[in-house]
Amino acid sequence: MARTSSSKENAQALFHSLRSAYSATPVNLKIIDLYVGFAVFTALIQVVYMASVGSFPFNSFLSGVLSCVGTAVLAVCLRIQVNKENKEFKDLPPERAFADFVLCNLVLHLVIMNFLG
Amino acid sequence: MAAPETSTAAVPTLYTNNTLRNAFGGVLSFFILLLIGVLAFSIRLFSVIKYESVIHEFDPYFNYRVTQFLTKKGIYEFWNWFDDRTWYPLGRVIGGTVYPGLTLTAGTIWWLLNSLNIPLSVETVCVFTAPIFSAFASWATYLLTKEVKGAGAGLTAAVLLAMVPSYISRSVAGSYDNEAVAIFALIFTFYLYLKTLNTGSLFYATLNSLAYFYMVCSWGGYTFIINLIPMHVLLCIVTGRYSSRLYIAYAPLVVLGTLLAALVPVVGFNAVMTSEHFASFLVFIIIHVVAFVYYIKGILSPKMFKVAVTLVVTVGMAVCCAVIAVLIALVASSPTKGWSGRSLSLLDPTYASKYIPIIASVSEHQPPTWPSYFMDINVLAFLVPAGIIACFLPLSDASSFIVLYIATSVYFSGVMVRLMLVLAPAACITSGIALSEAFDVLTRSIKFQLPGVTSNAEVDAGETSSDTSEAQTDELKAEKPDDTSKNRPSKKSKKKERELAENPPAKATAKAKAKAEKKRLLALPLEASVISLLLLVVLGAFYVVHSVWAAAEAYSAPSIVLTTRSRDGLHVFDDFREAYAWLSHNTDVNDKVASWWDYGYQTTAMANRTVIVDNNTWNNTHIATVGTAMSSPERAAWEIFHSLDVKYVLVVFGGLIGYPSDDINKFLWMVRIGGGVFPHIKEPDYLRDGQYRIDSQATPTMLNCLMYKLSYYRFVETDGKAFDRVRRTEIGKKYFKLTHFEEVFTTHHWMVRIYKLKPLKNRIRGKAKKSKSKTSSTSSSKRSGTKKKNPWHENERRREVCYSNNCSDSFSAFLSSKPEIEFDYAGYVR
Repeated sequence: MARTSSSKENAQALFHSLRSAYSATPVNLKIIDLYVGFAVFTALIQVVYMASVGSFPFNSFLSGVLSCVGTAVLAVCLRIQVNKENKEFKDLPPERAFADFVLCNLVLHLVIMNFLG
Repeated sequence: MAAPETSTAAVPTLYTNNTLRNAFGGVLSFFILLLIGVLAFSIRLFSVIKYESVIHEFDPYFNYRVTQFLTKKGIYEFWNWFDDRTWYPLGRVIGGTVYPGLTLTAGTIWWLLNSLNIPLSVETVCVFTAPIFSAFASWATYLLTKEVKGAGAGLTAAVLLAMVPSYISRSVAGSYDNEAVAIFALIFTFYLYLKTLNTGSLFYATLNSLAYFYMVCSWGGYTFIINLIPMHVLLCIVTGRYSSRLYIAYAPLVVLGTLLAALVPVVGFNAVMTSEHFASFLVFIIIHVVAFVYYIKGILSPKMFKVAVTLVVTVGMAVCCAVIAVLIALVASSPTKGWSGRSLSLLDPTYASKYIPIIASVSEHQPPTWPSYFMDINVLAFLVPAGIIACFLPLSDASSFIVLYIATSVYFSGVMVRLMLVLAPAACITSGIALSEAFDVLTRSIKFQLPGVTSNAEVDAGETSSDTSEAQTDELKAEKPDDTSKNRPSKKSKKKERELAENPPAKATAKAKAKAEKKRLLALPLEASVISLLLLVVLGAFYVVHSVWAAAEAYSAPSIVLTTRSRDGLHVFDDFREAYAWLSHNTDVNDKVASWWDYGYQTTAMANRTVIVDNNTWNNTHIATVGTAMSSPERAAWEIFHSLDVKYVLVVFGGLIGYPSDDINKFLWMVRIGGGVFPHIKEPDYLRDGQYRIDSQATPTMLNCLMYKLSYYRFVETDGKAFDRVRRTEIGKKYFKLTHFEEVFTTHHWMVRIYKLKPLKNRIRGKAKKSKSKTSSTSSSKRSGTKKKNPWHENERRREVCYSNNCSDSFSAFLSSKPEIEFDYAGYVR
């Protein structure tokens, strides 16, 4: 009993500290987080659809899911690069990071349009 | 970046001096690289100079033919190309079953040159593609090694790669094969991966996946990349070297790389369906979990993090178990456990020889012998361990990658001779590192020893400068361990200048003197270092001599033109082209030519005739049919060939001039492959006491089989004794006649012999009834032949089973009726 209540308390404290820590992140990072969350959510919807209906045009399914996953991954990369707290990318200007992000997205979606069939 | 500015402010003269030196170094290494490119290109021209500008061997002829088609018909026709001139009557979908990288590259080069009004033939472009790309490969090696250990090691590795014999063997002028461009793509992909890892730039990550795409286009060996990089990522994570740069280098590569690989028709959905690629997805998931953990760790206090870990571990374990169970179920449900035969034979070296004789029969799929290591990488084999140690001295992400690369490629090269090619770049890189580190240490100790003997005052200044620079680089190292390894020399000199400009000279010298004392203790004695330097140079000279010998003698032969040197001068054996030219001039365009599969590509490319089987070997049953025909007696072979609509049979025979890789030496494989599908062909029937022989001790089955007869027909007329120079014996059966085949052409040195199938006789002496029954039997066998001709059956597995049943039925029926036929033809033979 004591253990469960203490773990419950711990969990509550954890959520609290998580929330407070996250609220400290800058707005632009939060926007990126939202974008990532949306992309992952879309990917999940497609997977659920595939599981319930079937994966017949497999290339369409693949390009749909990988488009979402790719978008999310690239956004995470962008988030890592523009994060001020990240010491590894101090000398990388955010404009450059964004240009790289756009280029990578362009390549990704050109491939996906080609693969969509 | 700050260094030059401060030094301009302080001492302009020093700055100009410094930039001049930097520029000089840059220009020098540029010219060295240029020369390395020229060296890599020109060392591969021996084959053109000694022989002529021809395409070599077997597979290059197919690639050449595909390139010709591409340049004539265009890219869209190429993707949809169904080739009906091979694998008769099945045909082959070329556009969907080749790795298009090589042909597209050569086609693009040709198109570019032609649009610039440089009228080169397709063949010339194809011949010189491999040398050009080996120059590119050595430049890529420079870049890769520079990422690991700086420019000096890069240049050394590039020189070594430019002339490593293993790579030369696959990329001499005329060796127009996938590996020629694939090795460049392999090294360049690794370079871009390390570059991304070092810089953490998404731009390089994009380039990396494009380079990976090129690799997937060019060679099936791309699975090596897509397994090695995840292994390295896993290694980094396990050893606690995870960084966000690692995430940027890996995660986009998996997503983009998988999509791009799926664009290549020959890979297609395999990019997500086969186990070769699963490792990358698994690591993709792992790296996300790890990245998330690191992120949470970053924003939480340590105590809270501990709580989070206990919470997550309990939940996470359950989820992980579920995911792994699903994955295992998926993999286990596929018939071959998701692995293709070739990959399985990599993991289990005995797999191929046990189950797939057609893979085991190819000599480049055999495990290598020890001498072949010395032959192919020569002194590098001794330098590699030193290079591995040098990689460990400051272990960075990049150098750990190199260590992993060499370890895995050594294993793979031990499984298959062909994969020595993957080992060669790794060996060059590690040996380049070893050599450059050794030179570094030795020249430094000489530099410390020499001035001590001669003069003091003048040298002290030089020492101080170098030592202070050492100190500076040490500090820098503490700050950024990766940066120093990237461009150490330039930074060193820059820092040196700044040090000289900024620090008060007295202080610097005092500090430096203490350092110099310490250094002097570390340095090797003068004699030892000079001698070992000399020895290293001698070692390098050995390597150069060996490589040039290998390029000139061992690997330059095109194998369609052979030469021997004897007392009375140089002999050229151009029999293959003679035979193919005869075929193309004297037979009908739609005639079908049967030969063992080795000569299929050459026949379609050079003679432009339809072949039954070729080097692609995608249908084992079809090859087994030809193998069975070759190992059957004449009449049965005639039946099989006739059912396949064959007009001509081509055999390669080396007994007259002593050419060892002829059909008689390959014959046991025909028996094995044929027997694997048609059980009435038994290997022991062809062996006398387990020995393969063709002399008078040979078994009657051997002496009566088609291959023996076609090879040795009229052979006794050459010297009266019928002495086979390859097997070094007199043949067993010297005088015999052919009933169902007719010799139509034999080349100058008897290397290629072409026979025509005789048509059935109209009237057969004997009873009319018998001939009737015989024609009906042939027609029934024909019918069964047409039945097996239909390749597009729904259930392939079942088709093959009934196919083999059909054939063996008709064959055994025929065998049981054999005495009758002998009786029938008795008069005719005599």
